Amino acid sequence: MGKKRFNVTVDRTICKACGICVAFCPMSVFTTDHDDKAVVSVPERCTGCRQCELLCPDFCITVVQVEETADG
Amino acid sequence: MGKIHEKYLRMDKMPHIWCAGCGNGIIMGAFINAIDRLGYDKDEVAAVSGIGCSGRITGYMDFNTIHTTHGRALAFATGIKLAKPRLKVFVFMGDGDAVAIGGNHLIHACRRNLDMTAVIFNNHIYGMTGGQFSPTTFKNKNATTAPYGTTDPDFDIAQLCIGAGATYVARGTSYHARLLTDLIVKGAEHPGFSIIEVITHCPVNFGRRNNFESPAQMLLWQKEHGVAARKAKTMPLEDMEGKFTIGELYRSTEIPEYLEEYGRVIQAANEEKKQ
Amino acid sequence: MAEAKLLSGNDACVQGALAAGVRFFAGYPITPSTEIANAFARELPRRGGIFMQMEDEIASMGAIIGASCTGTKAVTATSGPGFSLMQENIGYAAIAEIPCVIINVMRYGPSTGLPTSPSQGDFMQSRWGSHGDRPVIVIAPYTAREAYRETGRAVNLSETYRVPVIVLMDEILGHLRERVEFRDEDLVQEISRKGPEPGRPFLPYENTEDGVPPFADFGTGYRYHITGLIHDETGFPTNNPVEVDTTMRRVNGKLELHRQDIERTQFVDADDAEILIVAFGSVARSAHEAVRTLRNEGKAVGMVRPITVWPFPEDDIRTAAAGKKAIIVPEMNLGQMIGEVERAVAGTVPVHALNRIDGLLITPHEIRDLVEDLL
Ligand SMILES: Cc1ncc(C[n+]2csc(CCOP(=O)(O)OP(=O)(O)O)c2C)c(N)n1
Ligand code: SF4
Ligand code: SF4
Ligand code: SF4
Ligand SMILES: [Mg+2]
Repeated sequence: MGKKRFNVTVDRTICKACGICVAFCPMSVFTTDHDDKAVVSVPERCTGCRQCELLCPDFCITVVQVEETADG
Repeated sequence: MGKIHEKYLRMDKMPHIWCAGCGNGIIMGAFINAIDRLGYDKDEVAAVSGIGCSGRITGYMDFNTIHTTHGRALAFATGIKLAKPRLKVFVFMGDGDAVAIGGNHLIHACRRNLDMTAVIFNNHIYGMTGGQFSPTTFKNKNATTAPYGTTDPDFDIAQLCIGAGATYVARGTSYHARLLTDLIVKGAEHPGFSIIEVITHCPVNFGRRNNFESPAQMLLWQKEHGVAARKAKTMPLEDMEGKFTIGELYRSTEIPEYLEEYGRVIQAANEEKKQ
Repeated sequence: MAEAKLLSGNDACVQGALAAGVRFFAGYPITPSTEIANAFARELPRRGGIFMQMEDEIASMGAIIGASCTGTKAVTATSGPGFSLMQENIGYAAIAEIPCVIINVMRYGPSTGLPTSPSQGDFMQSRWGSHGDRPVIVIAPYTAREAYRETGRAVNLSETYRVPVIVLMDEILGHLRERVEFRDEDLVQEISRKGPEPGRPFLPYENTEDGVPPFADFGTGYRYHITGLIHDETGFPTNNPVEVDTTMRRVNGKLELHRQDIERTQFVDADDAEILIVAFGSVARSAHEAVRTLRNEGKAVGMVRPITVWPFPEDDIRTAAAGKKAIIVPEMNLGQMIGEVERAVAGTVPVHALNRIDGLLITPHEIRDLVEDLL
């Protein structure tokens, strides 16, 4: 079994740039853009712990496990 | 949040009015996760709130919802539950809402033990009115009505509720979101009045005035000061200085649930009628 | 029906409410209304209903509103100090349009006042006691028989128009025991609020033609929002001036649309009277007695008695007053209803006050004396 992979998305239109996900992602997946909104910079590091999903006060983050492909 | 929030929130009302980084949104997330885990039918859930930033929660959730008057949510909820016991009743209150103006209703709800679950958003401040101190603001904090620092001693909400006779009392935080969901689930399953005090953060009206630079810093404070109740029991008292316990703090099954008791009243009244 | 019973006014209120289908009571004990709570405590559990003694009157009002949200007909009862405490949530019930009935057995005076003495000091408070513009129906019976029928009607009006209804009693009426012979016209029917129309989208605060939106009971599959914030037709808060104006005008205007159904006024020898007495509640008992004895002496005096006191029956007063020599308004307060009477007649007939504020009922004799002075 290979390493699980996750697709992390931020809905930029509703992100309030609070910085919580950036501060609490244990794998430092997020950085911020010019408006201080969250950006998914290094998705491949995501372990799927969902801390970001639970702590985002605005329901902007979605973490979905990527289906393993045959050659994955 | 996966897609759970799309099932339980009124998406047309989003984004919510809460400030960037406010703990209220996290608590709402933990709550709908709890409802999902409990598997309750949305039509059978009644959500009742008071007035304050926290009170706005009912407008966003797709249940039978009622946003009542400041401090009185428990009184309204009591009427709903008694009149339609089938409904799962949840009550949402701020710290000012629950223990200042609504303090009398809170202690009597604890005493009666009617099967409802109350979630208290304790952000240690009056958020909605702009940062006045509340009965849970710690000493020597800054508030708009305490420009020279607060002098009033603060309430420990969970202890207050235990003292008043609540049969399930837990404390969570907005940082420990998973734990919070667990506590709400257990509270809802408990047959009687359950209280979940949530230590949460108001970055705008508390944090900024009290040396917290960001919402994240306030969450970090919760992480560092919340000690699991079980662990706290084994810790030397001085290590608990300035900290607070989290988790299930009290549970009793000895006191009967209110409507069960009321069933006896109905029975006695009917026997008298027959005679 | 024609069944005779010895009933106090307070007991009659309870019987009337039960006949109208009330199955929930929440209250806090206060003289002179306590017998109402006592009777509900005895009667409701026998009918599968709930009696709840709350921690105060604020909670009592909250609890009956909550119960009503589930479709259960709910009542509370109180007197002066408790009535003052209820005002915030009465305003809530009015703007959120939750049916409920408040029985206020008036005592004398502000604050704790004279707990065991009657008064009519809450005439204005019952109409204007909450902040902001809010609609309310206020009904003032004057006998135990009427307390039965009118409390039943209060429940039905509150269901029909989604409005809090106040039954204005007083200490005398609450405590006097009368032999009541119920006749067919006293029969209280059960009327329930209208629900959502199947197959039609449900708008909880719809701007309907009759001014009264349908009500969905909690737990019947309509998940919607109730709030004391000013809301639009969907029930969610708004501060859009057009929507605010629409909601406020509908909520405050709906009773005007149905005045005919809501108003109830009694006329006693009013047509050919030279002197007209306008009185309500237990004072109207004295007034009625004065009219009877004066008429026996051949004196042209009559009475108009608003049973529904709010909305105030301006037209009835104006019509009855036309061409009269004088109007007398006896009240157990410093003059509250008299302002409404003066407004109705707008200077066309002189209006005389007769006030008593010593905790005693105005006697037929006092009214007679004033009538004779004016004749
Ligand atoms: C009877 C009454 N008094 C005062 C207010 C004003 N008010 C609105 S919210 C609030 C306090 C809010 O603080 P809290 O209950 O802690 O809720 P938060 O906003 O912090 O969530 C006050 C005093 C009111 N709405 N009603
Ligand atoms: S799921 Fe965990 S690891 Fe992945 S982005 Fe979110 S917080 Fe980071
Ligand atoms: S936690 Fe949510 S709102 Fe805050 S920065 Fe991250 S995505 Fe944006
Ligand atoms: S004022 Fe405080 S409690 Fe209210 S929404 Fe803003 S951050 Fe949250
Ligand atoms: Mg607060």
